[in-house]
Amino acid sequence: MASIEITNARKSYGAVDVLHGINLDIQDGEFIVLVGPSGCGKSTLLRMIAGLEDITSGDISIGGTVINDLQPKDRDIAMVFQSYALYPHMSVAENMSYALTLRKTAKEKVASAIENVAGVLGLNALLERRPKALSGGQRQRVAMGRAIVRQPQAFLFDEPLSNLDARLREQMRTEIRKLHRRLGATSVYVTHDQIEAMTMADRIVAMYNGIVQQVGTPLEIYDRPANIFVASFIGSPAMNFLEGIYQAEGDKAAITLEDGTVIPVLPSPQAENGQHITLGARPEHIDIVQDGSRPAVSSNVELIEPMGLSTLVHVTLAGKPVKIFTLARPDLAIGSQVQIAFNMDKTHIFDRQSEQRLLPLNEPRHTQQT
Amino acid sequence: MSTPGNSALRKTVYWGTHYLMIAAFVVFALFPLYWLLKVSVTPNDILYTEGVRMWPSRTTWDNYTFVMTQSNFPHYFMNSVIVSGSTAFFTCIIAAVTGYAFSRFRFRGKIIIVALMLITQMFPLVMLIAPIFRILAPLGLTDSLTGLIIVYTAFNVPFATFLMQSFFDGIPKDLEEAAMIDGNTRFEAFRRIILPLTLPGIAATLGFVFTAAWSELLFALMLVSSESASTFPVGLLSFVSKFGVDFGQMMAAGVLALIPACAFFLLIQRYLVQGLTAGAVKG
Ligand SMILES: Nc1ncnc2c1ncn2[C@@H]1O[C@H](COP(=O)(O)OP(=O)(O)OP(=O)(O)O)[C@@H](O)[C@H]1O
Ligand SMILES: [Mg+2]
Repeated sequence: MASIEITNARKSYGAVDVLHGINLDIQDGEFIVLVGPSGCGKSTLLRMIAGLEDITSGDISIGGTVINDLQPKDRDIAMVFQSYALYPHMSVAENMSYALTLRKTAKEKVASAIENVAGVLGLNALLERRPKALSGGQRQRVAMGRAIVRQPQAFLFDEPLSNLDARLREQMRTEIRKLHRRLGATSVYVTHDQIEAMTMADRIVAMYNGIVQQVGTPLEIYDRPANIFVASFIGSPAMNFLEGIYQAEGDKAAITLEDGTVIPVLPSPQAENGQHITLGARPEHIDIVQDGSRPAVSSNVELIEPMGLSTLVHVTLAGKPVKIFTLARPDLAIGSQVQIAFNMDKTHIFDRQSEQRLLPLNEPRHTQQT
Repeated sequence: MSTPGNSALRKTVYWGTHYLMIAAFVVFALFPLYWLLKVSVTPNDILYTEGVRMWPSRTTWDNYTFVMTQSNFPHYFMNSVIVSGSTAFFTCIIAAVTGYAFSRFRFRGKIIIVALMLITQMFPLVMLIAPIFRILAPLGLTDSLTGLIIVYTAFNVPFATFLMQSFFDGIPKDLEEAAMIDGNTRFEAFRRIILPLTLPGIAATLGFVFTAAWSELLFALMLVSSESASTFPVGLLSFVSKFGVDFGQMMAAGVLALIPACAFFLLIQRYLVQGLTAGAVKG
């Protein structure tokens, strides 16, 4: 097991810069999830750690040793590919033992390691089969097994679950977490699925356009997103955004939307009166107020999506769509007016120009921002 | 709209036409070979007297016995086996490594090399005979099998390389990356993971190059003057004399010359079929 430090790592393909100076410290035994939209450079960064891509500039070290110029085979890491990359002409057992035999491990040791891992992953009955004769989920397990057998310094995963159906993905998610808890190996896991990121990570690294946008625990990222990108990318259903102008007086502040609707927010020392703001509120932080018990604003009901456990109510406010998540089953007619209230403590304001979140008074800046 | 009986009839007609067309094509493609065989077993005295018949009234193996025992043909035949076999072997090795590089690496000048290789394929070979002769003569490589092997290899490498490249392109890059992470160098990954998976492609390339070299006449004729280094296409010409063409013997030699090519394809057909179903090999 080992820590991984990435210092100012850049990657360019000719004139195209793909990664613009990544800094990241991964603790020994930590499960890190790199998340971001397609093309943001997640795979590139992972492949640089693996040694499959050159590092244009900067350093990557594993366990305190700079490994920039080491061959992949000398880095002692294991990787699980999105395509699984099982060797088609070898049986499951041969696939899993390939790395060990290359290392000239004793036969009995290899056999017991394979038996052990096959037991953990439920592959005992499949050891003699070729990858062709396996289902997608079984192939995925073999790919995992091939990585685990080696007991490497670190595990790298590049979207290992994206070829599985939803149910299996959910199951493997928990299984990978359990395995991690058991093996305690440093892991870097790439995904574009924010739910995978939230559920699996010790810490999430949110990336966009080759830049790390924020690093933090899942809840830090969820509750205190650094900017509009992170706020909109993490969370499902996604955060609502409304544009308006910031006004503060004393210890009270509010955003005036385009149609004049006023929404109270926590004052921020970083905001100025008259500043153009994007207001962000998660669907579960907007309440439907039917009894007039709280100050509320009026909106139009567009659509109601019952989801069993919860209900998603789509309304329009100041001409913009807003989604509201509620555990109640509100009795609303489409086209009618409904009073809604924003949960002030949970409502974020972002500078419209820089898209950075403007912190309310007293909130420490303890998540990394770029 | 259509009753079941009607659609069954349509199906029969559809498949009937289908097979009829395939049969027509096969007959068209194989007829010359059939004629070769027919003439080779026709006795000389009735070759011209019987007119055009699908099968002669008498058949004989005389032409074959003559070719095998009285002519230089077995010697030409051996020469051809050596030249074609070596050409196929060397071309495939060069094409495999070059094709791999083209498929996997980005390097400066790649486009230029590809363009040059394409250009070499554009010139009529006749234009190149004189310069090649001038190059080979001082090296003592004219009139030798080695010279022929070198020239054939040089001419076949470009196309074989493109062929091999397309086979490598069909194999996911992830596979050798996984092997490299598992502890292989790139070359070991190539040899232990990629090559076994490209066997069908290599078989196809071997077959293609072997047949090309087997039937090559122009260079064989121009670069070689002695009997001892002649290949069989040149040998076939020896059945053409000033006084006439000995068709029976020539055809018998031709039929014999088909045997190694057929044997070769039988040998590699297992891999060729694999190649056609390569989609089953999924990364
Ligand atoms: N060989 C290359 N030449 C030029 N640009 C490249 C090359 N390989 C990747 N890129 C670019 O680098 C960027 C990052 O690619 P990368 O594969 O890391 O994205 P990703 O975040 O993994 O996306 P995805 O979720 O789709 O896998 C992309 O914009 C891509 O176009
Ligand atoms: Mg990727």
